[in-house]
Amino acid sequence: MKTMEVEQERHVLVIFPHPDDEAFGVSGTIAIHTKRETPVTYACLTLGEMGRNLGNPPFATRESLPDIRKAELKKAAEAIKIQDLRMMGLRDKTLEFEDDQKMMDMMTDLINELDPSLVITFYPGYSVHPDHEATARAVVRAVRAIDEEKRPKLHCVAFANNTAEEIGAADIRYDIRHVYDQKMEAMKAHISQTIWMLKELEAGVAQEGSELHDRFNYEHFWTYTFDENDKVTEIK
Amino acid sequence: MEPILPEKVQELVDRFAGEEIYLHLETTNGAYASHFDEKFFSAGAYIRNAKLTYEHGKIVGGGPYRVGLKLEIGWVYAEGLTHYGFDEDGHLLMAGHDFDGKLAVALQMGTTPFK
Repeated sequence: MKTMEVEQERHVLVIFPHPDDEAFGVSGTIAIHTKRETPVTYACLTLGEMGRNLGNPPFATRESLPDIRKAELKKAAEAIKIQDLRMMGLRDKTLEFEDDQKMMDMMTDLINELDPSLVITFYPGYSVHPDHEATARAVVRAVRAIDEEKRPKLHCVAFANNTAEEIGAADIRYDIRHVYDQKMEAMKAHISQTIWMLKELEAGVAQEGSELHDRFNYEHFWTYTFDENDKVTEIK
Repeated sequence: MEPILPEKVQELVDRFAGEEIYLHLETTNGAYASHFDEKFFSAGAYIRNAKLTYEHGKIVGGGPYRVGLKLEIGWVYAEGLTHYGFDEDGHLLMAGHDFDGKLAVALQMGTTPFK
């Protein structure tokens, strides 16, 4: 599948719920934007307080994990040169139970303040974790409420098992090999989350033609369209 | 966190008996369990800062351990506990870490709320 050039943006707003969501899916793309000195804001909604990788023997507890992950998040943001990192103070695994209007308003406020030309988040319905889904819904609702001619582009990350079958392949594919080291640096910054996989990952990524090679040398997005493909309901 | 010493934990559990405490209890198999294995039935429960008082508590088993707290009109219990320790606020933390180092269960208590 052919790749495309990353477009020049005015401001990129990245919205994900967990420290490390940005590293896995989009850190290469972010690095490309920041290399051009395009302003990038990353709004990270929680501190991943409910992370399960605490080690055995344990290196962290349920209570010490948030501070560990906060430090990792800052380090990852530095690796990909994000200047504007915002920790939004919500709690891991609770987003779908938050007030939907409050969630949408949070996104609307960010968009109004920053006036991004591109918003990056998860694809609603195809992002597996309940926090990813709740984030995606709130972002879609906020962007949808903006007049069509003023709407930023919305690029979404999808990885549910039924993605290709139901919404097809990603329409955007970026070659991120020239910023691969920065992506790996961001991955390694989240060491409490990635230590388990890094070894296996680096071996897999080196293997030309493997799924891992593709996943870490290219990044994929699905452009969200506000037509019959938009399945996000209005807030009741 | 240290591997549970049942006599030590029993002593700590006794210390909070009869006091008004804040309790954290969770059990989880992770939000990705059904993604990696579609036949896996994912379930979990979570309560943070429940305010309660227990009459007595007991640690049982040969490791992993079970801890049960008898309330005036109810019960709290957790199974699969392997480690214990304290946070910076002096809360008693008990947790079950599985063979891969993933938290499977946590039971925590203290006289002040968790952050």
